[in-house]
Amino acid sequence: MFSFSDIMAEALALILNWDRNLSEIVILSLRVTLTAVLLSCLIGLPLGALVGAFRFPGRALVTVVLNALMGLPPVVVGLFVYLMLSASGPFGPLQLLYTPAAMIIAQTILVTPIVAALTKQVVEDLHGEYAEQFASMGLRAYQRVTALLWDARYSLMTVALAGFGRAVAEVGAVLIVGGNINHVTRVMTTTIALETSKGNLELALALGVLLLVIALLVNAVVMALRASAVRAAYA
Amino acid sequence: MRDTVMDMTPAKVATQDSLLAARDLCFHAGGKRLIDKVSVAIPEGRRTLVMGANGAGKSLLLRLLHGLLPATSGQILWQGAAPDDRARRTQAMVFQRPVMLRRSVLANLNFALSVHGVRGAERAEQAARALDMAGLSDLARHPARVLSGGEQQRLALARALICQPRLLFLDEPTSSLDPASTQRIEDLINAAHGRGVTIVMITHDMGQARRMGDEVIFLHAGQVAESGPIDQVLGHPKSEAARAWTQGRLYTSSTS
Repeated sequence: MFSFSDIMAEALALILNWDRNLSEIVILSLRVTLTAVLLSCLIGLPLGALVGAFRFPGRALVTVVLNALMGLPPVVVGLFVYLMLSASGPFGPLQLLYTPAAMIIAQTILVTPIVAALTKQVVEDLHGEYAEQFASMGLRAYQRVTALLWDARYSLMTVALAGFGRAVAEVGAVLIVGGNINHVTRVMTTTIALETSKGNLELALALGVLLLVIALLVNAVVMALRASAVRAAYA
Repeated sequence: MRDTVMDMTPAKVATQDSLLAARDLCFHAGGKRLIDKVSVAIPEGRRTLVMGANGAGKSLLLRLLHGLLPATSGQILWQGAAPDDRARRTQAMVFQRPVMLRRSVLANLNFALSVHGVRGAERAEQAARALDMAGLSDLARHPARVLSGGEQQRLALARALICQPRLLFLDEPTSSLDPASTQRIEDLINAAHGRGVTIVMITHDMGQARRMGDEVIFLHAGQVAESGPIDQVLGHPKSEAARAWTQGRLYTSSTS
């Protein structure tokens, strides 16, 4: 029976002896997560800005749905995407199941409501300040949305970080639609789950440490960018 | 002889050669008539002041005339017709608290020009001219939000004027400024007026009214108490509300 310190030492040794298998898993994790976050931002930022900046019938319902979807259970999303992409599903012919693309789709579905709902709140607050000025200047709808997104860009970095946090830590949905296939769809979280169940705690812990380091690094970089940009741009 | 602002019947409003007119304008909110059958005409090329006590409806009237709020009833006419988007784009407004975009001074001006489709070298040239006019050239790269109150108001005014509006609304633009900053704002407004821009400005300041006004619309409790040339309204007020105001007496509806 190994102690925690023994396992930790082994885990650190694995990290230091960085091998091809480990880098493959880390790179795939980052590729899937960053692509999903990027897609979520492309959809969620304008969607949230539209809901935040404009009044329209059903706006309250859209807001409630977006807020509710922030808490989507990953396994339910995984199951839904699985059904859509399985051979008998509507997108079966695309043969995306058990590929990184399927994992990206699942994560995008999970992260988009988070980005959209938080963007809506940020933009709504800013729009409250700008609304009369924009109306006075006669801005068109797309001009409003782009101006609000641009001026809220530093707050929206935090929104994107929240999406990244959700995506990078996700395991249930990517396990269902990716299948955790070695060298194909195995990412950090699914590997941690698998290796823990096998009793291979050193690798699981090494990946856990790496996951934390990556999350910390991404947050630190974004926050540093935000801080320097905010200092330069406005009080 | 130039037109003057008059508290007019609808028929009279229709016959005035005004840039902007309101006919029987009403605005209700919370079960109250905040603007009550206001009919006024804004003559082109003149400086019209909107005066009255707090809560008289001055800011509300400006927002209605500028189209920022929909009237409950009544009409607004731009050169005799209902204002369209094009008419709106020839108007600008400066608010009591200037709204600064989270950008540099120069980017605030560039944004206004971009909205009006001005780009490239022409935009750079116009922005530089506006910075110079507002005395903000040295602060062009500074974040707009770190400027002083007077500088922010000058930037707001420069941004409003940069697209060469025909009509400029000003909602107490100097209410929180010191005399030196007030002087610079007044100079900018007068320079714009000298270039033919029609001015509609709210002020509480009698001295400023005498310096800056050609015409006055005096509001009381959402209605036009009196209107006309500045010397007439402030020198020989006919309404009790305007008389009390010019004499520095407290006046409410219950004392009438």
